[in-house]
Amino acid sequence: MLQIHCPYCNETREEEEFTYGGEAHITRPLDPESLSDAEWGDYLFFRKNPRGLHHEMWNHAAGCRKYFNVTRNTVSYEILESYPMGAKPSVTAETGDKN
Amino acid sequence: MDKYSLFNLFNHARNYHENWQRAWRNPTPKKVYDVVIVGGGAHGLATAYYLAKVHGITNVAVVEKGYLGGGNTARNTTIIRSNYLWDEAAQLYEFALKLWEDMSQDLNFNVMFSQRGVLNLGHSLQDMRDIERRVNANRLNGIDGEVLQTNEIQDLVPLLNCSPDARYPVLGASWQPRGGTARHDAVAWGYARAADAMGVDLLQQTEVTGIRRSNGEVVGVETNNGFIGARKVACVTAGNSGVMAAMVGLRLPIESRPLQALVSEPLKPCLDTVVMSNAVHGYISQSDKGDLVVGAGVDAYNGYGQRGSFNVIEHTVQAICELFPAFSRVRMNRQWGGIVDTCPDACPIVSKTSVKGLYFNCGWGTGGFKSTPGSGYVFAHTVANDNPHPMAAPFNIDRFSSGALIDEHGAAGVAH
Repeated sequence: MLQIHCPYCNETREEEEFTYGGEAHITRPLDPESLSDAEWGDYLFFRKNPRGLHHEMWNHAAGCRKYFNVTRNTVSYEILESYPMGAKPSVTAETGDKN
Repeated sequence: MDKYSLFNLFNHARNYHENWQRAWRNPTPKKVYDVVIVGGGAHGLATAYYLAKVHGITNVAVVEKGYLGGGNTARNTTIIRSNYLWDEAAQLYEFALKLWEDMSQDLNFNVMFSQRGVLNLGHSLQDMRDIERRVNANRLNGIDGEVLQTNEIQDLVPLLNCSPDARYPVLGASWQPRGGTARHDAVAWGYARAADAMGVDLLQQTEVTGIRRSNGEVVGVETNNGFIGARKVACVTAGNSGVMAAMVGLRLPIESRPLQALVSEPLKPCLDTVVMSNAVHGYISQSDKGDLVVGAGVDAYNGYGQRGSFNVIEHTVQAICELFPAFSRVRMNRQWGGIVDTCPDACPIVSKTSVKGLYFNCGWGTGGFKSTPGSGYVFAHTVANDNPHPMAAPFNIDRFSSGALIDEHGAAGVAH
């Protein structure tokens, strides 16, 4: 079971308190009307689904009920950081997983 | 190839069974193949088999990074059914079910396909409305199905808690008598042996690390054993499909999730059908060996680690104990996770891609095992003719931009 740190409650709690929100940092297109069907489909359905570092959203459903971001390794499931919405990750595939 | 028959069994018995031919060769790769299939699971092997058998394309290699049938083929709960709601999905899964019915004869390999019937329980009025709708849709599509009342279910499955006092009382069920289970490993082995006999090369311990292109056209795959030339490359890599797609810069609408299952210690026969419940979320059957095979839904998060979280297992077992109080004392033997490739509409992608000569068969998610023969058949057609099989056409990747999704997830009302 994952142990997830909520940056708002500043608590590390068990996964059961949280719900998964999928890939993070997807911005809603500012002008949806101008998008082609392919671009809109890409926004709605296509995800990075990386094997390795993944930035993803979690919701602290049984706590503060806020969304926040987590950087997690999808192979080892190790959680590298939690950070609030709007912030940028400090660990990325480019800066590298320390493992 | 030695035919498996009573006559040959008798013949080999005279030599103490010491001279049976190996089930398949261990060939050295050729320089160039007409088709290289990436992924040696049951879907990949079935694709190779139907390419050779139906389309006469035998210059084919199946490239597998581990051993044959060692991924999701070995990690599922072996349930087979075709009671899908929508026409496109129902047609494909029913086609697969018909192939299952002849598979052992066709492959000359006993896949232990057992049509013991599949029950999908309903626990609320809405469940029952969905079940009535789905069974009606099934029957209009020529798929067997009935709606059973609680007393009929109790007759079929005496151990099931059908009491009105249950926390989630069983109000009824859909029943597909032609559904059932099969021996998962035997399916991979049977397809492998039959494909090998027609000249398909099965290359194990060979991991694809890149897809080489020239002028936008596929020319082969890079592997840990060197470059293998290919006129067409067909990817059937389930949870790793996104990794394969990224090699050529394609994106897929797929997320890879762990799906866990577990088996108990072997018991005397006590459950002779498959019971599934979407509402309490669990499914169970008993294997021929006697162990209870239990599964439920996917884990919440993306992962490639072939394991999931304990709370999902706990939830699964709670559901089973709710349905079968008698099983609460059963000890569980083994637990595992497979990485399933889930699509937004819970339907597969069997499709050409924007790269010439590259094909994808993925997105089967949690329902891949039952579709093995159908998936292989329509994908072989798609690859051989560079044109989707009519049954595979609705499962084109273009549906994610056209919006013509086949929304089995929400509507089917069955456990995935």
